[in-house]
Parts: sequence; C-alpha cells; structure tokens
Amino acid sequence: MQEIVDQLAATIRAAAASNAPLCIRSGGTKDFYGQQDKGRDGARGSILDPTAYAGIVDYEPTELVVTARAGTPLMQLETELNARGQMLAFEPPHFGIGATLGGCIATGLSGPRRASAGAARDFVLGVRMLDGKGDDLSFGGQVMKNVAGYDIPRLMAGSLGTLGLLLEVSLKVLPLPAEERTLRLSMNEAEAIETMNRWAGKPLPVSATCFCDGELTVRLSGATSAVRAARAVLGGEEIAESSSFWKSIREQAHPFFRSGKQLWRLSIKSTTVPLSLPGKQLIEWGGAVRWLSVDPEMDNETVEALVRKTAKDAGGHATLFRSQIPAAAVFHPLPPVMMNIHRRLKEKFDPMRIFNPGRLYPEL
Amino acid sequence: MNRMNNALELVKKLRTFLPAESVLHETEDVRPYECDGLSAYRQTPMIVVLPRTEDEVAGILKVCHALKIPVVARGAGTGLSGGALPHPQGVLLSLAKLKNILGIDPAGRTARVQPGVRNLAISEAAAPYGLYYAPDPSSQIACSIGGNVAENSGGVHCLKYGLTVHNILKLRVLTIEGEILEIGGSGLDAPGYDLLALMTGSEGMLGIVTEVTVKLTPRPEKAQVVLAAFDDIRDAGNAVANVIGAGIIPAGMEMMDKITTGAVEEYVHAGYNIEAAAILLCESDGAEEEVAEEIERINEIMRQSGATEVRTSRDEAERVRFWAGRKAAFPAAGRVSPDYYCMDGTIPRKNLASVLAGIEALSAEYGLRCMNVFHAGDGNLHPLILYDANHPGELELTEEFGAKILRMCIEAGGTITGEHGVGIEKINQMCSQFKTGELEMFHAVKAAFDPESLLNPGKAIPTLRRCAEQGAMHVHRGKEKFPELPRF
Ligand SMILES: Cc1cc2nc3c(=O)[nH]c(=O)nc-3n(C[C@H](O)[C@H](O)[C@H](O)COP(=O)(O)OP(=O)(O)OC[C@H]3O[C@@H](n4cnc5c(N)ncnc54)[C@H](O)[C@@H]3O)c2cc1C
Repeated sequence: MQEIVDQLAATIRAAAASNAPLCIRSGGTKDFYGQQDKGRDGARGSILDPTAYAGIVDYEPTELVVTARAGTPLMQLETELNARGQMLAFEPPHFGIGATLGGCIATGLSGPRRASAGAARDFVLGVRMLDGKGDDLSFGGQVMKNVAGYDIPRLMAGSLGTLGLLLEVSLKVLPLPAEERTLRLSMNEAEAIETMNRWAGKPLPVSATCFCDGELTVRLSGATSAVRAARAVLGGEEIAESSSFWKSIREQAHPFFRSGKQLWRLSIKSTTVPLSLPGKQLIEWGGAVRWLSVDPEMDNETVEALVRKTAKDAGGHATLFRSQIPAAAVFHPLPPVMMNIHRRLKEKFDPMRIFNPGRLYPEL
Repeated sequence: MNRMNNALELVKKLRTFLPAESVLHETEDVRPYECDGLSAYRQTPMIVVLPRTEDEVAGILKVCHALKIPVVARGAGTGLSGGALPHPQGVLLSLAKLKNILGIDPAGRTARVQPGVRNLAISEAAAPYGLYYAPDPSSQIACSIGGNVAENSGGVHCLKYGLTVHNILKLRVLTIEGEILEIGGSGLDAPGYDLLALMTGSEGMLGIVTEVTVKLTPRPEKAQVVLAAFDDIRDAGNAVANVIGAGIIPAGMEMMDKITTGAVEEYVHAGYNIEAAAILLCESDGAEEEVAEEIERINEIMRQSGATEVRTSRDEAERVRFWAGRKAAFPAAGRVSPDYYCMDGTIPRKNLASVLAGIEALSAEYGLRCMNVFHAGDGNLHPLILYDANHPGELELTEEFGAKILRMCIEAGGTITGEHGVGIEKINQMCSQFKTGELEMFHAVKAAFDPESLLNPGKAIPTLRRCAEQGAMHVHRGKEKFPELPRF
C-alpha cells in the first residue's frame, strides 16, 4: 500500500516541478459537480486517480470510529458498517456505484439525515493527505475530541480536492436507529415550512423531512418507543417502502431533480417563507435547503442573479448543482476579504496550484 | 524603558477613541489579567483594553497592526492551557464587556450573541422557549462563548450533542487588519472552504471573534442517570464499550476513580460508593418512553459487565445529586490538595486500562497523588495531579509527570488535548504529536490569516527550532524527527 502512496507523491512532485495541473478523480461520480471550465487556461490537467489506495484501515465499532483509505468504495464502507449495526450518519449521496470515501469527503455532501445528525464535516475526525508538494501529512486523529492544532481535517471536507489529495479519513460513526418510520401529510408549502421548524424545536425523533408537490414526508428514527410515541403525535399516513423514497431524494433519482435544465440548491435560514422563484421547488433539511429545478425562459444571467440574491437575502447561498451551461459560476461568489483568505490558504497547501485548479472558484 | 515608552504612546493613541477606563496600564490595574485558569504561568501585559463594541475592537486592532504590537484575546480567563496568557510587549484584549445577547430566534432555534456572553447565560435566555445551548463545559457559569469557540470546548453531554464546532452556525470575526469576516451563515453550510471549522479551536491566533450565532437544541422531555460501581477499573471500561456496542449513545457517560470519589463524597455527599475502584455515571435523555427503555437496557449492561452496585436516579433531585459529585471533582481536588494540575489527553477507549495503570505507576514514581476524572464516552481523560506549589521543585515534578501522561496518550493512539487547548502549556508536546511538515502547515494556516503573527504569538504551534531544542523528541513512524535541524 505504501508503494501506491509513494507513486502518488511522485506524480504530484513531478506535476509541481513541471507546473502541470492535476485533476483528482476517484469514481468520477461527482464529475458534474463544481466548475466545469476546470483547469488553468482551459486545460483540465491530467487525471490523478487515487482509487487504488483503498480498504478499511481500522474499525472498532465500540470506539465509534472508522479509518479507511480514500479510494475505498463508499458502498463497501457502508456495507461493513451496516454489518456491525452502524452507519455514516450524514447519509452521503453516492451519485453512482463508483463513489469513494475520498470523493465523499472532498465534496462534503450530506443527505436527508443532515439536519438532525450533522454534515459530513461534522463526522470527520482525522485525515492523512498529500499536499501540493507531495508531502505526506496527518492531521486530527482517531479520537472523538482533539483540539491539538488547527482543524485541517474539517477544512478538507468540501474543499473539492483543491487543497490536497486525501489518502485516509477517520470518521465518527453512529449506531443504526432501532426503528424508522415515514409519515406523509398533505399541506401547502407555507404550512410545511412552519411545521418542520415547529417539530425541530421539540424533542422529537425527526431524522429527515422533504416537501414536494403539496406533501410533507417525514422520517422518524430512534428507539422504538420514541418513534411510536412521535408517530402518534404527528399524525399523517404511514408510507411503506420508505427507504426507496429517501434514497431517491438522496441520490436525486426522484423525478423532481430531472424536471428542469438547471438544478439550483439554496442553503438558507430554515424558517424562510416560501421563495418566489420561477420553476419548481423541493424542500429538505427542515426548510434549510430549497432545491430549485428550472427551465428558464429568461437568460441565464438573470436567473443566476435572481437566485443568488434570493439566497443571500435569506441568510444563505446558492449553488448551481447541475446544469448544461459549461462556463457557469457554480458556487456562490465570496466577498473579497474571504476570497483573499481562500487564495492564501490555497497557496499554502498547493503552492504550484496543481490540484483541481478552478474547480471550486476560478481564483483557486 | 522601551516598554514604558511604547505603552504610553499606545495608550495615547487608543484613548483618542476609547474612554480612559477602557485602557489600563498601571501595574495594579493590569495585574488581574496576568494569568488564566492555569495560574502556574503568569505575565503582566503591557496594557489591557476593554472595548465595548465591535467598532472599538476593530479600532484597537488597526492601531496594533500599524504599530506591530501583539494582541492576546481574553474572554473570561477560565482557560486551562495558558491560551490567554498575556504577551509582555502586547495588548491584552478583553472581550468581557461585549456581553449582550443580541437576539433569540425561537422558531429558527438560534441565538445571536456577543463573544463575552457566558455559556450558561445563553441557555438561561433560551429556557422560556424550551431550548438550550447544548455544549456545557463544567466552567459554564463563568466561561465566555468567545472562549468556547476559540477552544472548541466540550462538556459532559458532547458525545451525543457535539462540541462547540457542531453547535455554531455563524461567526463575525475581525482580522488583525481590523477587517470583518462573516464566516458560516444562517443556513446549515456556507460556500467555499470550511473556515467555521478552522476558526473553532484556533485559540485566538487567526482572528478575534466578535459575534457568534449558536444553534439551540430542544430540551429533552426527561433525563435519568444510572450510577454503577465497579471493583475493577477494567470492568468499568468494558461497561462503557458494552453500552456503546449495544447501540446506545448516552447523553453523558463519566467515570471517576476511587481517589476521586473519596474526595468528592466528603465534600458534596453525592451518595457514591467510596469502596469501589471506579464508578460510572451514564445518563439517558429523550422522550419519556425512550428514557425508560434505555435506562432498563443500561442497567442490564452494567450488571452484565460486572458492576457491584447499580442505582438509577428516582427523581430529578437525585439525578442532580448524582451529577453534583462529578461536577465538584475539580473543587474537591482543590480541597484535598493545595494545588492541582489538570491534564486533558484523549485516548481510544480500548486503551483505558493500560493508560490508567501507567498513570498509577507514574504516580508512585513521582510520589504525587493523581485523581482520574474521565469523559468516558469520548475517551477524554482528566487526570488531576495533586501537588503543593510551596514545596520547592514540586511544580516542576508535576509538569514532568503531566508531560509523561501526555506522551502515553499519544502512544496509545490519542492526543495531548481533547478540549482545553494547547496554549502555552502543551506547546512542547505538540513536537511529539506532529511532524515537521505538519507543524509547518499549521504555521502556514496562521500566516494565511495573520501574516505578521501578531495574534497570540508563540502559542499553540511550536516553532521548529523550539522542537529541535527540546530534549524529549520522538521517533515518528520509524523516522527521526526534524533531521534537517541541528541538535543541541
Ligand atoms: C473549573 C473549570 C472547569 C472547566 N471545564 C471545562 C470543560 O468541561 N470542558 C472544556 O472544554 N473546558 C473546560 N474548562 C476550560 C475553559 O473553561 C474553556 O476552555 C473555556 O472555553 C474558556 O473560555 P474563556 O472565556 O474563559 O476563555 P479565556 O480563558 O479567556 O481564553 C481562552 C482562549 O480563547 C481565546 N479567546 C477568548 N475570547 C476570544 C475571542 N472573542 N476571539 C478570539 N479568541 C478568543 C484566548 O486568546 C485564549 O487563547 C474548564 C475550566 C475550569 C477553570
């Protein structure tokens, strides 16, 4: 296994020496995500594929910690955890069978359980990585509480491979809930937003919410008695085969996600009243995420400006999650002071700017 | 003399926009700021400033930045690693006067507060809405939320409810240049790099936190605690693993050894079995039915794990009494010994028995008693070494003993600090935990925010020279550390 690391490090050093960008690509399941005009001067860079560096390094269920190599297929990792009655509580989307742990953490994406359990970054305890000089560095660790040094492990989550190549990741894991049930209630959007927020303010075992087409779907997870008690309080119809529904939301297989040419994700204050925007919306995370599927009749710039302003006014930001516009800005623009810090961090981790240049922001 | 002139010039500049009482420089006025909760380290600052607004903080930073004067932030000064230890040629920036709760949003379940607000004050203000701020350090009546962010503080409930980093949404931070950074947002994530995580636990070295938006959590309907006694500490350790192995995440799981229970029992009469080698407190919270179910299972597991006695709190008064002992552990140490030194390593729990045996052996070797208090659920150990600073040399012996405990924690696959921070106290141990390249990266991160190293300089991250000069260097993954630096 160390030979693989040595090889990856040699590739990075060579790329840095010749100032040639690299495109880190594991399963490639999330290729669609991020800036499409990647690369410097339009050049995307040669592929750096770390998937050979795979396998679980250490897993002791009673420690609630798993350490695995970045190339480990997400599916394999989840199967191993499941066999021991545990899970990745942030319910990561796979977006395809080839999804790896490295891609999962580098994109930092979380699924339906996020609002109650936390995001990918919340579960990251430690990383081993290669920086832009090919140096093999470890930060954080395999314990739940650790404040020695800056929190570089969590910084890596969601950095889209622009700061370094992940080699190993340690994650906190949680027990599978004893029971899960899904209920469905009919109501309008404003009522749904109010209801989700009201429930979140009560000690109820709500683990996921989704509002679409006049129906609020809610999942309860936890101890059998708690789920039963909550079920009686919340009302609505219980739906069977609920795991396929939640999977369709997580994996964006639900028809909503393919209904328009552009899929926007607005991450905003959960109590924000219904947004008036063109297209259709689907709400998740207790109101904190509003998906917008749109076939714009206006030009793309007008839509973008409208969506970004709406998100900002609601205390958040907007991402153009999927689109067929190759040169579109995907992530929400940063204020100059913030971009300065980003640029300086990028310079420190990747001085030659070889990792995924431009995938997160053109400046990085 | 130089220091004197600098101080006077600075005082003059600051008083152009701050009232006289906000700028302290007389020795008797700055003396109270000479140390934080780790009183073994003391240093009077050149001057102390007490701004009342974010604008004033920005003004102070701009002046210090222009004059290249170091700035050390201070919240309530309860830190246990010397993080807020002043710089002799620097400004001590107290955030204590920024103590307003700016707003509570019960529907959105957030509170927006200034950095000097006390941790417990947030929960008190949220209580009428059935909400509270979950991270609950034992120092919560005194410590500030700004300090909590700077240290990523935890509490006895953090296994289930998370640390500070999991419970904040947004920060306003001033850079050393006095520019405002808005980090995070009102949603659950933010664009770009996760600077919220980077700021949390950064010990006042990257920026000054001037506003924090925290998440509020609904109060559970009910909480109950199981008190179990064990005559072998290994059984207690296994009981913890068995509870977690059974798929239970307790609201709190704390362990105390015999010397600790003896000390606290005398003090608060919590009802602990003082003959036991160790006791465990294991709390369940949630819906009425859920707690009943979980408590029954915990009882069962404790018995099967060899507990000699298992009791469940019958009412709220008894629950509070069972916890009172744990919460009084530090003051109890202060009663049985003139001084105590609190350590803060974290280890994978499976190594608990061997690390505790190691501590016992060191205790005998150094002739110093050591009480063990343990956040058992997450592996965070707080050995309290008892000593008397009036005995010449005893503090030095204590520090050596402590350093050896931390080295054991690293060797056991853990870390030198779980929640108290590195500060000045554990700066040498950072050399044992990290390699050259890793320390360089930490310095690089600091430089990305604070290129001239004016914010809390000399803390948390050791210079490579310091590591090389230290006798106690470690061999890491079979390689000698710092081969490029000369040995002394
Ligand atoms: C009896 C006792 C029990 C304790 N129990 C716990 C516990 O259970 N869990 C735990 O985690 N800790 C515990 N602590 C440690 C301490 O209370 C925490 O570290 C706390 O967060 C420090 O807060 P403070 O306001 O006192 O910060 P200070 O001690 O004033 O400062 C701590 C650090 O934060 C920086 N800082 C402070 N304010 C700001 C700001 N606004 N912006 C930027 N940097 C800032 C300082 O420069 C310093 O580096 C305990 C301490 C005591 C004395």
